[in-house]
Amino acid sequence: MRRFLISQAKTLADQIRRQHHTSRRFLSLLPSLSPPVPSPLLSLSRFLSSASNMSASDSTSSLPVTLDSINPKVLKCEYAVRGEIVNIAQKLQEDLKTNKDAYPFDEIIYCNIGNPQSLGQLPIKFFREVLALCDHTSLLDESETHALFSTDSIDRAWKILDQIPGRATGAYSHSQGIKGLRDTIAAGIEARDGYPADPNDIFLTDGASPAVHMMMQLLLSSEKDGILCPIPQYPLYSASIALHGGSLVPYYLDEATGWGLEISDLKKQLEEARSKGITVRALVVINPGNPTGQVLAEENQRDIVKFCKQEGLVLLADEVYQENVYVPDKKFHSFKKVARSLEYGEKDIALVSFQSVSKGYYGECGKRGGYMEVTGFTSDVREQIYKVASVNLCSNISGQVLASLVMSPPKPGDDSYDSYMVERDGILSSMAKRAKTLEDALNNLEGVTCNRAEGAMYLFPRVNLPRKAIEAAEAAKTAPDAFYCKRLLNATGIVVVPGSGFGQVPGTWHFRCTILPQEDKIPAIVNRLTDFHKSFMDEFRD
Amino acid sequence: MALDYDALNENVKKCQYAVRGELYLRASELQKEGKKIIFTNVGNPHALGQKPLTFPRQVVALCQAPFLLDDPNVGMLFPADAIARAKHYLSLTSGGLGAYSDSRGLPGVRKEVAEFIERRDGYPSDPELIFLTDGASKGVMQILNCVIRGERDGILVPVPQYPLYSATISLLGGSLVPYYLDESENWGLDVNNLRQSVAQARSQGISVRAMVIINPGNPTGQCLSEANLREILRFCYNEKLVLLGDEVYQQNIYQDERPFISAKKVLMDMGSPFSKEVQLVSFHTVSKGYWGECGQRGGYFEMTNIPPRVVEEIYKVASIALSPNVSAQIFMGLMVSPPKPGDISYDQFARESKGILESLRRRAKIMTDGFNSCKNVVCNFTEGAMYSFPQIRLPPGALQAAKQAGKVPDVFYCLKLLEATGISTVPGSGFGQKEGVFHLRTTILPAEEEMPEIMDSFKKFNDEFMTQYENNFGYSRM
Repeated sequence: MRRFLISQAKTLADQIRRQHHTSRRFLSLLPSLSPPVPSPLLSLSRFLSSASNMSASDSTSSLPVTLDSINPKVLKCEYAVRGEIVNIAQKLQEDLKTNKDAYPFDEIIYCNIGNPQSLGQLPIKFFREVLALCDHTSLLDESETHALFSTDSIDRAWKILDQIPGRATGAYSHSQGIKGLRDTIAAGIEARDGYPADPNDIFLTDGASPAVHMMMQLLLSSEKDGILCPIPQYPLYSASIALHGGSLVPYYLDEATGWGLEISDLKKQLEEARSKGITVRALVVINPGNPTGQVLAEENQRDIVKFCKQEGLVLLADEVYQENVYVPDKKFHSFKKVARSLEYGEKDIALVSFQSVSKGYYGECGKRGGYMEVTGFTSDVREQIYKVASVNLCSNISGQVLASLVMSPPKPGDDSYDSYMVERDGILSSMAKRAKTLEDALNNLEGVTCNRAEGAMYLFPRVNLPRKAIEAAEAAKTAPDAFYCKRLLNATGIVVVPGSGFGQVPGTWHFRCTILPQEDKIPAIVNRLTDFHKSFMDEFRD
Repeated sequence: MALDYDALNENVKKCQYAVRGELYLRASELQKEGKKIIFTNVGNPHALGQKPLTFPRQVVALCQAPFLLDDPNVGMLFPADAIARAKHYLSLTSGGLGAYSDSRGLPGVRKEVAEFIERRDGYPSDPELIFLTDGASKGVMQILNCVIRGERDGILVPVPQYPLYSATISLLGGSLVPYYLDESENWGLDVNNLRQSVAQARSQGISVRAMVIINPGNPTGQCLSEANLREILRFCYNEKLVLLGDEVYQQNIYQDERPFISAKKVLMDMGSPFSKEVQLVSFHTVSKGYWGECGQRGGYFEMTNIPPRVVEEIYKVASIALSPNVSAQIFMGLMVSPPKPGDISYDQFARESKGILESLRRRAKIMTDGFNSCKNVVCNFTEGAMYSFPQIRLPPGALQAAKQAGKVPDVFYCLKLLEATGISTVPGSGFGQKEGVFHLRTTILPAEEEMPEIMDSFKKFNDEFMTQYENNFGYSRM
């Protein structure tokens, strides 16, 4: 009996020791603990939000999750596209339902976000036919389907389903996305560029934004790691850098030369950052630009590629607006094509190209489809990218299918080709027209200059705000451009995003307005904007 | 070189996610070489032959291609209630499936989710505190990102756990504080283990901020009792922890003793001060249950007692990703408000759902019994979720061989299993286990007709493996 008890005691002691050892082992997998050291933050201050105005209920120290105890990176990051002004607009919109007479307008027009289908743009029919058939595959077994769907959409759906194991569109796929779809996308990239693409370099994601986040996560270990970003920029970049604890290193686009990118400025910013102890890891280029709309000249692109190779920077090429080019003197060239045309291969330059189904002429924002093409990384790095992708298992299948359709739309000879081209050309020519109309209207406003939108979906006019307006803004504790935009909203119902949300040369003020409201709404928008601006200037003119 | 391995974020390098790790990659290689592989590594029902439910697919197909709704012949292909429902969901959007929705998800769908929660629990739910996400995983990452400030912040995670938690904590640079589930008590949770884990972490300077429960459990399948949930909530109240309730398997219950009860319901039942102060985030998905719509990437989280300003910050971060995919939001709406008796599609829907759930229940038993009939294998019953997590008692000879092969013992076993039978599992080390105790995780998802053959194949391999590696000394275990 004693022996039994002793052996029981020993077993128990063993268990406790094992448990203790294992839990210590878990903890020992972590970096050694040291007290958190506050480090100087080298990000642009205008992208920081101060965690001020904490209400009493938030400082209840008894609760684990309060405003003063959450991740400071969350507090720091900002995203103006769906920020303050949009919240105000939504409240106004609610109120309009019951209080129509209280306002000088009868609807809110959201010009803050590149969301074409929310403003009446229709989806490309062929794409939706294929998606519907992939969603409900038993349709393909019904004879009536032929009466309701185009022949080529049925064929394409079959082709895609054959690439999906078990035709199971509800199953998690390979973490990079369905192989057959990646093959299609790679072929589409090759057809576009004239240089081959490897399906294994492609990572299909829920929109381009998650792919950007993945790269930031990979590249940024601390605020000593910097990413060169254009100013003005689409604030996904500043927000993502903040969330991942890195530093944004700005390079300024030149408004006077149509938002041109000067390599000399890149160099200068890079050197300055390095002198402050920042390791600059990558260069972000958005082409066509957002919010600025410029399409880079091929020569400019070559200089950028060479610069990245020389300085050992990863080139992050945001090319989501590649199908949105409105001027005959400019053309989209992918950075991959430019790099390969310089005979730069995998060993010369690390390049990540982002594409999305949200923009172009398809505007399928709500589908959340996109990809990144990752070239020039060693296999051990790529394995890490794969690993991070695998934690989320895979991106949504419908979005994956759509990405493949966008990169291989109907071709001449296909049943749907003609109607597809009519839809496509209609949308793109309308966008070009709207861009021009709004650009002209803005340039007609007193103290406003607006570069042309060569591409993308936005206008980014500069407003020369009079001194009195700036003072009024300061008194209202608002940034001057936000002050202007709020006044604009309250007077016209038009929602735009203040330039400070994108970054601008200090002392200049801008706002970003999309070109997306339907053509029949544009005259009213122009009129209201013009009237508002005139009365604003009457009120604040020096 | 612009980016070499050394320059990568350390947190990325540290994070592990075995579910699609070594075993899966090896299985994929073998599949490419022509070997028949049975993928039981991930809870992916449709990949193993489970058919999607008809009604939701009809509705979403119509939403995908709204021009069908204008066609006079649409009634020949789609039942009237699917047509009506498609129109209903389209009316909730601001431009159909192709427009970004509110960053928190369509208000109309969130309202349906709130109504579902209220029906389920008997307590009101606020749609403003419900965020739809691209899968529950994204929601978990968002909340953990909010909570973890640095390596001093600890998150209590069950061991074994679904490695989304360990991987995310790694990626975010936090600390995982393990609490052990008791295999001999059917993977029960002992509050004393919790206390011990917290005390230990605190003694090492870690601020324990949150506790994760997975109910029903993954990989362990246990369903928490109401008493257990009360204990946990009380513990969180006392220790000031936010509770993260991963409830994605709430529809997958295979016994009647412990039906699913949500953490929120128990919390509300407890009344003041608990119901007003314990912070809770609950997660759900369209990927599991009897829906199994993994590929849609649809999920939500509901926040309880999270301060408004924090909710705003979470909303802000959600807005950077613009919006969750709209198709999946509609799937979520359909899941929380499925066809009702009297609806045209109800009978078919009920039949399909029941069929799946009853089969899962049968397969849970087949697998458990099958594993228990194998030499040196002991398997707790799968009370819920989608997995079986048998303990494999490896003889010293096997441990030796594994060491020589440079492999963790359960990885060694699983690789051999894969090569011999084509069954692709995930080694227990991917989920965490007590030192020296080995498991593997398999799903209960292979088709029912194929199960007997799969279990036979496993038994044959296992018993031969055990005979091969058993040495004269035998072994002793708990």
